[in-house]
Amino acid sequence: MSEPEFDAQTQIAGMPQSEAPPQDAWVLPGTTGSGSPGGPDDGPLTARSALRRLVTLNEAWTAIALIAIMAYFSIASPGKFLTTGDLSNIAANAAPLLVMAIGQTYVILTAGIDLSVGSVLVFAGVVAGEYYQSQPGSGTNAGWGVILVGMLIAVAVGLAFGAIQGFVIAKAKVPPLITTLAGLLVAEGISYLITGGSDVRSVPNRLAQTIGLGSVGGLPWLVIISFALTLVFGLILSYTSFGRYTYAIGSNAEAARRAGIKVDLHLIKVYALQGMLSGAAGLLSLAYFGTTTISGHSTDNLTVITAVVLGGASLFGGRGSMFGTLLGVFIPAMLLTGLVILAVNQYWQYVAIGLVLGAAVYLDQFRRRLRERS
Amino acid sequence: MAEAGLEANGINKRYGHVQALDGADFSAAIGEVTALIGDNGAGKSTLVKVLSGAIRPDGGAITLAGLPLQLSGPLDAQRHGIETVYQDLALAPDLDAAANLHLGRELYLVPWLGILDRRAMARKAREVFADLGVQLPDVHAPVGTLSGGQRQTVAVARAVYFASRIIFMDEPTAALGVVQRGRVLDTIKRVRDRGIGVVLISHNMPEVLAVADRVEVLRLGRRVASYQGRNTSVEELVGAMTGALAMRGPGQGPEYGAGRAAS
Repeated sequence: MSEPEFDAQTQIAGMPQSEAPPQDAWVLPGTTGSGSPGGPDDGPLTARSALRRLVTLNEAWTAIALIAIMAYFSIASPGKFLTTGDLSNIAANAAPLLVMAIGQTYVILTAGIDLSVGSVLVFAGVVAGEYYQSQPGSGTNAGWGVILVGMLIAVAVGLAFGAIQGFVIAKAKVPPLITTLAGLLVAEGISYLITGGSDVRSVPNRLAQTIGLGSVGGLPWLVIISFALTLVFGLILSYTSFGRYTYAIGSNAEAARRAGIKVDLHLIKVYALQGMLSGAAGLLSLAYFGTTTISGHSTDNLTVITAVVLGGASLFGGRGSMFGTLLGVFIPAMLLTGLVILAVNQYWQYVAIGLVLGAAVYLDQFRRRLRERS
Repeated sequence: MAEAGLEANGINKRYGHVQALDGADFSAAIGEVTALIGDNGAGKSTLVKVLSGAIRPDGGAITLAGLPLQLSGPLDAQRHGIETVYQDLALAPDLDAAANLHLGRELYLVPWLGILDRRAMARKAREVFADLGVQLPDVHAPVGTLSGGQRQTVAVARAVYFASRIIFMDEPTAALGVVQRGRVLDTIKRVRDRGIGVVLISHNMPEVLAVADRVEVLRLGRRVASYQGRNTSVEELVGAMTGALAMRGPGQGPEYGAGRAAS
């Protein structure tokens, strides 16, 4: 079948629909090539899909928002905002959140949600902290061997907790919202039971002074680790079958199942990954603060979900990217720093983020409707 | 004239107290379009599910190319070269055409790391679509942004790409406009000409007559008639479906049917 014939057919197919979007006018006879950006050959259809894709490219909007925020504060407070010290401080503060947001991106892409991240962070931190405390001299002078074992413990605790939640979601079919809400309560409860409510403060000095507060060539270890994890899991998301199945399941789980993808097993893996990363975040937090900060993470789940959604991920699954999440994590962080520097009451950040989040989800719904009409 | 394809004999399937299939027979030859028609509740979907491995029959025998076939699931059917195009297409709307085409059967650049060969999959997708004589504006656009006809094309292409023997198509044109419908029917004929057996489930009698080499009529869970496509008519088919007509041998339809089949 030749090209012109196809064009003729799309015209016919497009014409009877009275509510056809205005772009369709490009393929009407006579107008082809005159007003459309592309030449007549790569013509109307690619131009149309390019436009569509631009509108649906959520990361673009997130990047614009982030740049606008940074530009505004830079102009409003010249020389104060965006100094290198500032930037690495912001990034170090956000490191545990970013690490949890990596996992949450996978979870939300499958059309799931994980509310337990902050509690799992605390739980993993508490177990690792208890291990360090059990070492000679409360572990303050512990060597790298002990530190490494503590790291593995934190990661393993998170992984196991996440895998159990994933199993309940995938096999027992309890909705993710409820499963992870239950998980949140259980992890928090156990953390309080283990510690009796008082934070564990025995963090090995070597751990606190390197990963917690140290830096290499001006870059804090926290930033290096969190960005490296983002890069690795971003590449996995984009370039491997694990990432592709994550998108496929969120997009149409039944189609994935019929295509032979082991949907249940994949979901378990995704929640286990989220748990593992929350555990890793727990260790970063422990190293950074020098304490388990049990009561300091009750809204981490909401912060992380907000970041992922601001980054362009759809709560209905199937759409989103790691790059978007990276941007999304830094919007609230930048806002907070900027407002503090401008001496505006910092609580305005919650109002601003709330409004932006509402707008982001509305935009997602709007795009979805636009697409389904076509 | 046609190679032995898929044969089913005396298939039984009961759901509770409903006898969905009551000793149903069916045959579809390689390189032919076999239409499977019947009124609502005649057992078409159940039969297709049995033959595509989605459900297990209570009784009966299936043979493929003369060899007995026991299907443990849809994936098992796929391994035997049997693909199904579902009515709801079973596509992931957020993935592009190339990704949907290879869903569950990806090509790898570094297999042990699970790294996908996206370039090869895009190239293969263009080849498959060109082979079918269809043109997608962009294999990288999410299929959710494509038109209904284009989505149908992707679903059909996926089945054709992997099927080596039989493709089941469940109402492939139900949601389409006139022009797109014509294109899908063209595709069906082209697939048949590649030496694959196509089983078309449809309610649209003119459409059945336009493409089917043979028509199998199901009624109350049983095959009640089997016609050569060019020798039958809408009246005859409807008669057999509803039971108004006693079973007749092939070759007795009026010219109307033959004309349609030849076109």
